[in-house]
Amino acid sequence: LKKLLSGNEAIARGAYESGVMLAAAYPGTPSTEILENITQFEEIYAEWSPNEKVALDVAIGGAYAGARSMAVMKHVGLNVAADSFFSASMTGAEAGLVLVCADDPAMHSSQNEQDNRRYCKFARIPCLEPVDSQSAKELVGEAFKISEAFDTPVMLRITTRIAHSHTLVELGDRKLGTRQPHEYHIDHRKYVMVPGNARRRHPVIENRISRLAEFAESFPYNKVEMGDEALGIITNGIAYQYAREVFPGSSFLRLGMTYPLPRRMIQEFADSVDRLIVVEELDPFIEEEIRLMGLEVEGKGIFPVVGEFSPRTIRKHAAGVGLTVDGRSADAELQPFTTDLPLRPPLLCPGCPHRGVFVVTNKLKLVVNGDIGCYTLGFLPPLSALDTCGCMGASIGVAHGVSKVGIKQKNVAVIGDSTFFHSGMSALLNTAYNRSDTVTIILDNRTTAMTGHQENPATGTTLAGETAIRVDFIKLARAMGIEHTYLVDPYDLKGTENALKKALEVDGPAVVIAERACALLPEARQDWIALRVDPEPCNGCGLCFMIGCPAILRSDQVDEKTGRHLAEIDPLLCTGCNICAQVCARGAIDTRDEVIALIEVER
Amino acid sequence: VKALNFLIVGVGGQGTLLASNVLADVGVEAGFDVKKAEVHGMSQRGGSVNSHVRWGENVHSPVIADGEADVLVSLEKLETLRYLHMVRPAGKVFIGEFKIPPLTVSSGEDHYPEDDEISQAVCIRTDQVFWIRTLKLAEKAGTTRAHNVVMLGALSVFIPQVPENIWLKVIAERVPAKYIDINHHAFQLGRETQEILTKQK
Repeated sequence: LKKLLSGNEAIARGAYESGVMLAAAYPGTPSTEILENITQFEEIYAEWSPNEKVALDVAIGGAYAGARSMAVMKHVGLNVAADSFFSASMTGAEAGLVLVCADDPAMHSSQNEQDNRRYCKFARIPCLEPVDSQSAKELVGEAFKISEAFDTPVMLRITTRIAHSHTLVELGDRKLGTRQPHEYHIDHRKYVMVPGNARRRHPVIENRISRLAEFAESFPYNKVEMGDEALGIITNGIAYQYAREVFPGSSFLRLGMTYPLPRRMIQEFADSVDRLIVVEELDPFIEEEIRLMGLEVEGKGIFPVVGEFSPRTIRKHAAGVGLTVDGRSADAELQPFTTDLPLRPPLLCPGCPHRGVFVVTNKLKLVVNGDIGCYTLGFLPPLSALDTCGCMGASIGVAHGVSKVGIKQKNVAVIGDSTFFHSGMSALLNTAYNRSDTVTIILDNRTTAMTGHQENPATGTTLAGETAIRVDFIKLARAMGIEHTYLVDPYDLKGTENALKKALEVDGPAVVIAERACALLPEARQDWIALRVDPEPCNGCGLCFMIGCPAILRSDQVDEKTGRHLAEIDPLLCTGCNICAQVCARGAIDTRDEVIALIEVER
Repeated sequence: VKALNFLIVGVGGQGTLLASNVLADVGVEAGFDVKKAEVHGMSQRGGSVNSHVRWGENVHSPVIADGEADVLVSLEKLETLRYLHMVRPAGKVFIGEFKIPPLTVSSGEDHYPEDDEISQAVCIRTDQVFWIRTLKLAEKAGTTRAHNVVMLGALSVFIPQVPENIWLKVIAERVPAKYIDINHHAFQLGRETQEILTKQK
């Protein structure tokens, strides 16, 4: 049976077919759907862990106990999990341990373009890379076999294009691994990484990577496809598919294992072609290894380090250095027809509870240290409400640092519920321990919204849909030694402003919890109701436009005195959050209560 | 046909994904190798969305190269212009009569192109342009949400080698059971208007 599956769906299927028993992840585009798809298989225990390091440790525990285990994360997640990644390389495990890592060339939904193959070389861990969904599924199985045969964690590295492209996959049956969870009985000299044991293990892992390099020579996913000998192309992942279209007649060495490399195979391939190039996205990882072999090779001298490839990118750059490319519309003058089209940048949705907090922080002219989540979009005009945002969990530590050097402006940290659990908790503890005047605003929208509504420790449910704890942020802050805590509804601007003012006057750290469910959650949708603008009092002052709500439109109607366009509300988009009605100085927007009363009258 | 490249574009939340899923499944049912590419994430929040669907004997890249889309299906008028450079010369362009003004247009900073301006820009590339009254016809079928399926109906007329029952089967698999009839109706309405227009030509 063949089915069209995304790379992520295929990896979930691969986990099922290769007898995986445990999978743990923290959601992150483009990897999120892997765990979401794994939940359909009852045979696999799957969880959202609070962060990637915990997820990897959970998978390591599963593998120590003898069960095939998998951790899944986006590329930057491995920065968080790196400590565990390196120590797992030192210990190995009792059963297969695979890390699926999704890089994001072009940063469709990320803050950087780091190439995680570097981590594999760094930690002496083999790296496998699929070219489509079928090979993604198969390589999950290969990764587990390699992991068990060589006593090593294995990274399956994908990119956004592999993760989110659908290609045909032949489905197979579930086969359990040869090892099964047994009584917990492991060799403490192998699994307790104190210096004495670690010194014994280091030579073992250096020897392991040499043996893996030998294995790579016969690994069937490293494959030569000879064509015209004038040009030999070494390539990997999605770049292979593009290169096949741009250079249809050339010779190819396609690498399914990009670390360690099959040196003899590469040497022989290089000897059999006139000109050798490497076509790989992001870093010159393969290229550098080949240069170290002393071979003449071209790569990043032709193709860009930055961004995502496409058939067009490869064609354009190859033609630029005189390589023969398939000529179909290779015209470089194919430019977009209209360059000044109105853009559609991602925005805070109509009814987004974060909007209320940012309207207030703007009014109070606060410096706002931001974090990773939907609320990062608050940096966009017209709100322009964020001043910094680096990576997950950074907001609170940065705000603490800012407050320690004596700047005059008041500054706060904003962080979402899931991001707070991910890596904000220890930073909040620091504001209490090393006492600062930091005000931390936890934006609790009852879900992990940015990645598409995943469960977390404050939602009351697990990935599998089971009932779970709901963390009480106030009790948590108090337990950390923070006395001043405030719970507000961000739809209530006055209440939010008053609480924030009090928090800012406190001597020492304070926490404000802005609690309101994401407007796109099913239960929140039931309360949607469209507000309306009364054209009589509206004079087109534009205050409501400044909250950056996509539901507020510029009407064709013009105010006679001011000559300005009046506001109107798109009834299809408005959720009735009431923020604009509170911002309007002339009472021109019927409030939610007024609209509800009007509807009752009309009935 | 040996190969067909479809680019389906629209605005997040419009049902671009459903349309491209149906198109991809229809290709599989018709016996093609099929690949489909799209990117999830930030672009879904009211952003510009595109989905590449390729049918062929042996498809390598899931992404269509610039200037090689045989068919551009635009579920939103303005988005047609954003992806016009992807269409091959004399390729087909389907435009749904659905307008979603970007925030900068509603706030008065930007101009939303008139239908005439869109037509003129498209004509430089190809004369194969088909305006489809997707919203009107979907409303007639029972819900404006089925505008994407109206579009598929119109498109299906130009792929005569794929029998109608394959489309209907795939649509039934892809939409919730209680909406199958409405969507089948929407598909028929799209197909009929296009058949009439084609005959008039």
